[in-house]
Order: sequence, then structure tokens, then C-alpha cells
Amino acid sequence: MAEIKDKASEIIDLASELRWQVGDDFHDRLTESIYADSASITERVEEKPERKISYSFDRALDRILTSGTFGFPIMILVLAVILWITIQGANYPSGALATLLLDTIYPFLKTISSNLGIYWWIDGLLIDGVYMAVAWVIAVMLPPMAIFFPLFTLLEDFGYLPRVAFNLDSLFKRAGAHGKQALTMSMGWGCNAAGVVATRIIDSPRERLIAIITNNFSLCNGRWPTQILIATIFIGALVPSGFANLTASISVITIAMLGVFFTFFSSWVLSKTMLKGEVSTFTLELPPYRPPRFWKTVYTSIIDRTLIVLWRAIVFAAPAGAIIWLISNIDIGEVSIANLAISSFDGFGVLLGLNGVILLAYIVAIPANEIVIPTILMLTVSNFVMAGVGAGEGVMFELDSSSETGEILKAGGWTVLTGINLMLFSLLHNPCSTTIYTIYQETKSWKWTGVASILPVIMGFVVTFLVAQVWRLVVGM
Amino acid sequence: MSDQINSACDDCAFHNIAQLKKLGVNVEDTDYVVTLAGNPNTGKSTVFNALTGLRQHTGNWPGKTVTRAEGGFSYNEKRFKLVDLPGTYSLLSTSQDEEIARNFILFGRPDVTIIVVDASRLERNLNLVLQVLEITDKAVLCLNLMDEARRHYIIVNERTLAKDLGIPVVPTSARSLEGIPQLIESVYKVASNEIVCKPHKIKNLAGLVNKAVEQLSSKIIKMYPEMPNPRWIAMRLLDGDERVVTALQNNEFVIA
Repeated sequence: MAEIKDKASEIIDLASELRWQVGDDFHDRLTESIYADSASITERVEEKPERKISYSFDRALDRILTSGTFGFPIMILVLAVILWITIQGANYPSGALATLLLDTIYPFLKTISSNLGIYWWIDGLLIDGVYMAVAWVIAVMLPPMAIFFPLFTLLEDFGYLPRVAFNLDSLFKRAGAHGKQALTMSMGWGCNAAGVVATRIIDSPRERLIAIITNNFSLCNGRWPTQILIATIFIGALVPSGFANLTASISVITIAMLGVFFTFFSSWVLSKTMLKGEVSTFTLELPPYRPPRFWKTVYTSIIDRTLIVLWRAIVFAAPAGAIIWLISNIDIGEVSIANLAISSFDGFGVLLGLNGVILLAYIVAIPANEIVIPTILMLTVSNFVMAGVGAGEGVMFELDSSSETGEILKAGGWTVLTGINLMLFSLLHNPCSTTIYTIYQETKSWKWTGVASILPVIMGFVVTFLVAQVWRLVVGM
Repeated sequence: MSDQINSACDDCAFHNIAQLKKLGVNVEDTDYVVTLAGNPNTGKSTVFNALTGLRQHTGNWPGKTVTRAEGGFSYNEKRFKLVDLPGTYSLLSTSQDEEIARNFILFGRPDVTIIVVDASRLERNLNLVLQVLEITDKAVLCLNLMDEARRHYIIVNERTLAKDLGIPVVPTSARSLEGIPQLIESVYKVASNEIVCKPHKIKNLAGLVNKAVEQLSSKIIKMYPEMPNPRWIAMRLLDGDERVVTALQNNEFVIA
């Protein structure tokens, strides 16, 4: 062992001696000579056309997509079109899946279990709890994901994302963050955990932490369906039905853009307070536009993203369904645990323009954002004991259309304010458990994991509180 | 005579595809470890998918692969493990994705490194190629995105390039699987030492710098005769690379 140390230190000593002689521009000299070699080889082997006519299409497109005037409007328009197609297209398959899983299979399972004489609580826990939670997640999430992800992936294949990064770069710089954060932010629109892992492309630890902490402000796929559903029920319903879907899409985009705003805002605050430092520069390569291979993209994005994300949602929804059933059916005194929790959260919830049901749902749904809406519906029904809806306490259920979902929520005391604030709170709350775990894996620091988890909730409380106060002053209800 | 017929068959795409077996994620008991390196957005993941039959997510933006992805294929009854590395512009700085790439080539000692380059952006891509060739002798250049180069009327003389770099050069368009059989064959030949590479070493180093590199690397050769890349280690030490210093102290360069 000592011999190894000797050999190593002899070399290291010589190296540091030579470093004194060479001076500190060794790195630059080496880089220069590598560039010179590359240039001379290229000159020997490459023939290029005299004039680069061939790039003119890419150039022209870049001039429009990254222009100061049109860059941002086009970005928003592209997102709007994707969301609109998703909202329009998901309605029908969602209804069909709900009919199959909840109107056909659910009663069938119930019949079998009663014929077999299974204990009521096993039947309740497994069928009313676990099965219903899983069925709900599939019915609600699969169709929008199966439309949204391929569309998003097509954009990615085409080469649009680096242009988005280019557009946002100067804003990130002004917020004291790294321009590549635009890319990790876009990744977060798919999945925050993936966005957090993607921050590895950022060299500086300071800027990387900013990107990790603020990634949660990118609406992830677990939250898009919530946004879309609530926007359809509460915002879309405010306008004539012909414009309903369009208005709903626009309000979802507003929330997404608000997320972008919060990303900048908190990056800026962080870079002025906890994470002070210089902005580092980098080269962003705008890759050539490539025509996406349509069917292959659709196939890979369904296998890679949709099914994997859906599987994760199912894995988390199953135990959550059991928990929901249990807290709704285990009583302390005369009332169930769920009811107790709801009434104790209600005061605080109403202060925020939300209610106890929503807060409890967010606690139950920490493992996966996807199951927030099912949980809210189930808790609303069992808490307000509605005649003729649902299938009993602690049973998640699907309604035939979003307008019926709206009826339930309105009967539970929901207003337009509750809807808006739920959308805001869905944007601004703690990351899901997978993301929190990933943040810890990447930073290896409980402190920064804590900051990343708590900061968004605090912002959520503040924002919903302010909106509720202003709304009540102006609208008066 | 029969040898010649065999070699004609070897060049035939159909013959090779018939011998290629995509092993997906099944990478146990492999004979050779092959790694994919290259600049961001040159299609490494597409090459990876073409070779392994896996469907790793590909996307047209730099920095998509941030971790190592592994898969396998088998050819000529040999099993190959393929490791896809994050794309990097150089191996000289210290961001995490670059370190993953560099450390794997340096310490993982792959049997063959496939360097994927964008044929329409050759000069910029060569910077990384030259650095990889300082670290390892066994490499194949995958001149990818030939379809795009053609679209832009760029012609690359791959024979001269192969001569200058001292490694096999295979033009490909991985998206349409063009050139993939030839790539596999070259990888196989380099892995089995049928082709011995004489890679280009960085020239044009200024006098004093060159002398320092020479002096240090000859010392390293004396102390560690089995070290495969003394010049690279010398360059890194002169650059003050802490990771390489630690590796020396922990004896990580010596094959047990």
C-alpha cells in the first residue's frame, strides 16, 4: 500500500512542479490545439456547398419561432392547441372507460362477492376502496395522457424545445438562474421527478439547486387532468357552451403560465437570498428541425411515458383507495375519521377559499397528485351524505359527465372561487412523494429537500388566501 | 478463395442483420462492453435503440440522456453489453453529465467506444472525438445523420477521415437503420482485435506545454507500464483534475 502511495505522490509532485512552469493557461492551450487539429482534419475530409442554401428553411423558421415579437405568442398558441385537442379528445374515451370499469365491472364484482358471502369489510376495502381508486385513475388519466404525451413528444422530436429554452433564456438570466433551466422546466411539464433528474445538465451547483427547487412550479401530468377537469366544470360553465372548451383551455394555460411566472419569481428570490451568486454562461445549440416520425413517436410515447406514468398512478392509487375507505368507515365516537378531519380543516380551508375536503384530499394524495380529484369527490359525497349519488361511504365513483361532477361539487358548497383556488393550489403545493425522494437522491441534503417541499405550499397558502380575500371583497360571496 | 466470398457476405446488410440478435435489457454474461459517446443531439440514443431493440426515449434536444442506459445485443455468437452515455461537448470540464461520460470511458474500460458524430457538423464534433482517442485506443467512429448531411449537400470523405483518425469510420443514418450492420461489424472487429486501431493523438501542442506533457507521461509510463492512456492522465494532472489525482492515490488505474 505504501508503495502505491509513493508512486502516486511522486507523479503528483512532478505534475504540480510542471504546472508552475507551464502556467495556468494549460487548459486554454490544450483546447486550442484540439480545435486546431479538428479544423485541419475537417478541411481535408469535408466538402461543403458554396452557399448554405440548405439551411435557409431552418433559419427562416428560427427567425419566426425565436423572434422577440412572435416567439412568446407562438409558444402559448402551440400549448393552447395541444391542450384544446387533449380536452376535446379525452371526453369520449373517458366516458367509455368509466362505463366499462365502473358501471359494468364494478357491479359485477359486487355481485360475485355477495354471492361468495365475503365479509363486508373485505369487500368494502378491496372493491369499494382499492378497485374503485384504480378504476378511477385509469378512466380519468389514461385518455388525456394518451393524447397529450404523443403531441408533446412530437414537438420534442421536431426540435421545438430548445427554441423554447432560447426564448426563455434571457428571462432566466435576469432571474439569476441558468438558461438551461428552461429545458428542465419543460421536462417538468411531463413529470417533476424527471425534471429534477434532468437538472444534471446544469453545471453550477447553485443554479442546479434553483432549478430543482422551482421545478415543482411546472404543472406535471398528474396535475394537468385536475386542471382540465376543474376548468371545464367551473370556468367553462361561465360562458356559452360553444366557447366552453376554448375558455377552459385558456384558463389551464393561464395556470401553466402562472407556474412559469412563479418559477422566475422564486428563482429570482432564491438567487438574491439563499442561493446568491453569479450567472454562468453556456452555449445552447439549436438543433436542426427534424421531421418527426409520427407513428414511432406515438408508439414510444405511449409505451415510455403514458403506461409508465399510469402504472405509477395505479401503484399509488391502490393503497390510497384502501386508506380512503378506512378513514371513511372507521368511526371515532359517532363520526368517521374522515369527517372529523374534514371539519377540523374546514376553518383553515375556507380562509383559503378552499375547504376541509380539499385539504384532506391533498394529504391523502401526497403519494400521487393524480388521485386528488377522485378523493375529493368521494369525500364530498360521504361528508355531505347525498341521496342517490355514489355507492356508499368511502366509495370512489365516476360520474357520467363532467357536468354531473360539477353538480356534486356545487352541492358540497363549491363556488367558482373554490374552483379557481383549487386550480391555484394544485399548481402551488408540495411535490409528490416520488419527486421529494428524487430531490433527496439528487441533492443528498435534507435541508434542500425540505425547502423544495415546503416553499411551494407556503406560496400556495399565501396566494389562495389573497385571492379568496380579494374575491370576497369584489364578488362578495 | 472462400475467405473472399465470406468477406463479401460480411459486407452484405442482410447477412449481418440475420446474425444480429437484439437482447434488450438482458445483459448478463457479456463478452464485450461497448459504450456510446458523442456530442449532445447526434442520435446516440437512436443508435442505442437500433442495436439493442430497446425503445429508450429519444428526443430532439441536447441533454436528453443524463444517466447511463444499458442494453445488449449479440453478434457472431458473442454477447455485447451496450452503455449509452450522456452527450457531452468535451471531457475537460466537470459538470455531472460530462463526468459520467468521462469516468465510464476512463475507469469502466469499455472494450470498444463508439463515438457518434453528426456528419453535418463534423468540425465541432471532432473536438470530442480527439479527446476520446486520447483515453482509449479501441474506438469506432459512427458518422451519423448522413441523411441530414446529404440534405445539406455536405460530403464527408470517410476513408480519409478513417486514415486521419486511425479508427474505422462507418457512415450511418440510425433513424432508418442505414449503416447499422456495418457499424456492428466494425465494433465486432475492433473488439476481437481483428482491426487494431492507431488513433490520432493531439498534435499542435505548444512547445512548453508539449514538453511538460511528454515529461510527465514518460514518468507515468515508467511507474505504471500497464497504463493504457498515460498522455491523457498527464494532461489531466497538468490541468489540476482532482478526480484523476484521487484515482491515482487510490490505485484505480491498475487492473486487478
